[in-house]
Amino acid sequence: MIDSLVLFFSMDFVLYALAAGISLALVAGPLGSFIVWRRMSYFGDTLAHSALLGIALGLLTDSNPQLSIIISCLLFAFLLTLLDRKPSISTDTLLGILAHSSLALGVVVLALADTVRVDLEAYLFGALLTIGNTDLIWVLAVVSLVAVVLFSFWNDFVSITVHAEIAEIEGANVNRLNLILVLLIALTIAVSMKIVGVLLITSLLIIPPAAARSIATTPEQMAVRASIIGCISVGLGLVSAFYYDVPVGPSIVVIATLIFLGFYFYPSVLKTRR
Amino acid sequence: MKISDTSSDAAPNSSTETNAPGVLLAAKSINKDFADKKILENISLTIEEGQIVTLIGPNGAGKTTLVRVALGLLHPDSGTIYHRPKLRIGYMPQRVHVEPTLPLTVNRFLQLANRQDTELLSNTLKDLKIGHLEAQQLTSISGGELQRVLLARALLRKPQLLILDEPAQGVDLAGQAELYQLISEISDKHGCGVLMISHDLHLVMSSTDEVICLNHHICCHGKPEHVTNDPAYLNLFGASASQNLAVYTHHHDHEHGIGGSVKEHHHD
Repeated sequence: MIDSLVLFFSMDFVLYALAAGISLALVAGPLGSFIVWRRMSYFGDTLAHSALLGIALGLLTDSNPQLSIIISCLLFAFLLTLLDRKPSISTDTLLGILAHSSLALGVVVLALADTVRVDLEAYLFGALLTIGNTDLIWVLAVVSLVAVVLFSFWNDFVSITVHAEIAEIEGANVNRLNLILVLLIALTIAVSMKIVGVLLITSLLIIPPAAARSIATTPEQMAVRASIIGCISVGLGLVSAFYYDVPVGPSIVVIATLIFLGFYFYPSVLKTRR
Repeated sequence: MKISDTSSDAAPNSSTETNAPGVLLAAKSINKDFADKKILENISLTIEEGQIVTLIGPNGAGKTTLVRVALGLLHPDSGTIYHRPKLRIGYMPQRVHVEPTLPLTVNRFLQLANRQDTELLSNTLKDLKIGHLEAQQLTSISGGELQRVLLARALLRKPQLLILDEPAQGVDLAGQAELYQLISEISDKHGCGVLMISHDLHLVMSSTDEVICLNHHICCHGKPEHVTNDPAYLNLFGASASQNLAVYTHHHDHEHGIGGSVKEHHHD
């Protein structure tokens, strides 16, 4: 049994999956923490749903699918930020309309473009094990970019999250930092589609930070521990996919949720040991 | 509106005020409406180095709006705000809500202002007597302690001007007197100007140089003992308010100019 597991993890496609999943989980920790702190999970959902529209439009215009997902996510992020500054209807309602209309539109467009058969399920729930060379390069490129920007502006991002006005008086350009953060989230969501799918992306971003909350006393601790929890979820998700022949994306989310529940109900497990 | 960073941008007729070396901030003829309701009407004021200016007024008088305009967070419909070039402001907002999902110790909160100068951080904590709170979560400390932490955050920028929106709220009565005393000491020690909002007249009186009584427009202004006898003040707060006061005058070892704050609404 162990031997076959070693064999499993020595196969190229499994290694690709592991590399993509782990690197994504590393940035999802800190980035997802911001989503949790700023109550943006619905915003993330909307972006993820709009990604499907990006795929559909990419297929219609015969352009690179990964690029069209990234572009549509960035456009939607930009659009949402603009709309949010003019509160004619509540953000909540606005996000609900955009999320589901873009998802529906994406599915309709995909069905109309009947020249190409698209594996809808792969986009909805992810297909980590089918990740190829170029996919991995996209993930690594985006993850490195996101990590560098997050690291350089970390203190500013935390400061505007805690209190935007104090941060502004202290010299932070709050609007610009907000936009950068939103674009980082959009980029990350765009490349995680293949890994956990449209319907599960936000969970990879918010469950590990939520799990880390009860075992953290500073923002940095929460971000780092969320990354670790994310990595463990990806690893165990792959293992359980191998043993039980279940889809990888949902397994990763299930594992993360179990870890969350564990820390939520027994936060003392770690605290007493410290 | 414009926030002029150079004194040459100041309105010509106010040049004597804003060019004066001691002036940190000058507001000139500020007007601000919200949904067709006049919130600020023709407000002018100046704050100089070492001067403590207190804004008083009933709820909804526009005090916080004026402070936000002075900070540059809010643009007035008309009028100008002059900040001395490269002015460093320490700001203490009225309310700080920290998301329960965001773990934040007092120490980490303060480091957001200034990550490098750890000596300044520990000295400030000592001065404000909150050193023991350093490792505690911001959400778990009391209202009075939180106000001190916020004041510490404002001080960590080594401000030339402190702007405090109701610094004493949530603080018990004895603590309030102490807090105002502390603010006055800080102003003396660092020579920084202070603009603060207060409800508690009698507590503020002792540690302020200039009181501005605001009710959308400036009703009256001047030294505290002058304002308490002003008909406009008595009208706003009731005669009993002034009778209950024992005005303690705090003595500087130096004198401040009033800075020609408001010409339009002189009552004296």
